[in-house]
Amino acid sequence: MASVESQVTPAADATPIPLWLLAEVTYRCPLQCAYCSNPIAFARYRNELETDEWLSVLDQARAMGAVQLGISGGEPLLRKDLETIVGHARELGFYSNLLTSGVGLDEARLGELKRAGLDHIQISFQADSSGPSDEIAGGHHFSTKERMAQAIKAHDYPMVFNVVMHRRNLDRVDSILQLAWDLGADYVELANTQYHGWAYHNRAALMPTREQIRRAEAITQRWREKAGNRMQIYFVGSDYYDETAKPCMNGWGTTFLGVAPDGRAMPCHGAAELPIELPSVRDERLQAIWEDSHAFNVFRGHDWQPEPCRSCELLHSCHGGCRCQALLLAGDAWATDPVCPKSPLHEQVVREVDAADERKNEFPLVMRTVKNSRSLS
Amino acid sequence: MNGAARISLSAGMRLQWEAAQSAYVMLYPEGMIKLNGPAGEILSRCDGRTLDALIADLQQAFPSADLTADVITFLEEANTKGWLRTTEGEDDG
Repeated sequence: MASVESQVTPAADATPIPLWLLAEVTYRCPLQCAYCSNPIAFARYRNELETDEWLSVLDQARAMGAVQLGISGGEPLLRKDLETIVGHARELGFYSNLLTSGVGLDEARLGELKRAGLDHIQISFQADSSGPSDEIAGGHHFSTKERMAQAIKAHDYPMVFNVVMHRRNLDRVDSILQLAWDLGADYVELANTQYHGWAYHNRAALMPTREQIRRAEAITQRWREKAGNRMQIYFVGSDYYDETAKPCMNGWGTTFLGVAPDGRAMPCHGAAELPIELPSVRDERLQAIWEDSHAFNVFRGHDWQPEPCRSCELLHSCHGGCRCQALLLAGDAWATDPVCPKSPLHEQVVREVDAADERKNEFPLVMRTVKNSRSLS
Repeated sequence: MNGAARISLSAGMRLQWEAAQSAYVMLYPEGMIKLNGPAGEILSRCDGRTLDALIADLQQAFPSADLTADVITFLEEANTKGWLRTTEGEDDG
């Protein structure tokens, strides 16, 4: 009798609703993670949206039917108006998710965020201990993260422990899961690096060997058996290694709407690095942007798809893979994502992964700093 | 799950009516499940009342249906998925 439909995917024939709004409230960040997917040119984003501009974005998105709100960055805690934004989101009926490093959080702020109605907090860790954590993220933030992870739980939030995985920490997965367990994490997400932004620039340093991923998956599986329901563990593979293209945003312009710190609207996280003009919430209403802008229509639907995607049986679930990856790997944002084995350029991806297997020297990390951002862009 | 058990939604899960989708949805960290009519009717009554009270209220709202077995099946499935919090009650029956 009563059955349920699946997650955040729209009905095929309905007018798409941007169910998921991502508010990247700033690109400033106290951390310098080399795997960051923010644009290389993040230091150019000086002109951040003011509080009332963000509240207007929330109003407009909610009126369109957006219901899940991600608050992210950079480090969203750097915004002094975060509690105001969260409170307004709660009044509107959004389910709010804070994606944070935990740096800049304290008991008082956590209490305020809870009172403002924040629904969920995801805290990032970079490694299992301070040495490797500092190498990856810069600074000395590990003990802050540990304390804040526990404080999050003490405020009755589920603790969602997120770690981006790569060549420098995959071999530590056992200790990482032990740390999560000891801290009382309810959910752990081990997310293999996606090669965009800074991560793409650092891919020689970050890409693991195939064996590293296999070993980490096996260890994760043993942990799952041990942890049972007390700690749910997700291991998100890397499409370079899985040889399956990831379905871009569940279909371009169907579900996801991102807003960058300067008000530019993004159909995907990496859209600022694509050769398309991004409309700004400062110039246009969100509904017009979603429905009529070039940026949101350019890859909407399937009429624009090249072969082999056009004739592929996976077209409606894969959508041709990732546009940003097509640009980075094929030099053409309209191309089939070379991660897909059906792409004529697939060998290029295989060669990158082979190179990671064979690499003996460790490449240095180019840290995500304002200085590096300026010199690289 | 006996008749006196009190049933509510798990921490972090929220049920609400979404006009834009003409449906009840369950919201949880970074996710959403769109519910059909019966699922929405049942879950919207998981507010800490007992199972018996829940069924009685549903039966009153939908008198032509004999829904006890279906409701219990649905709630057991929802519980397995981790959507519910139940406290065991003293069963008089």
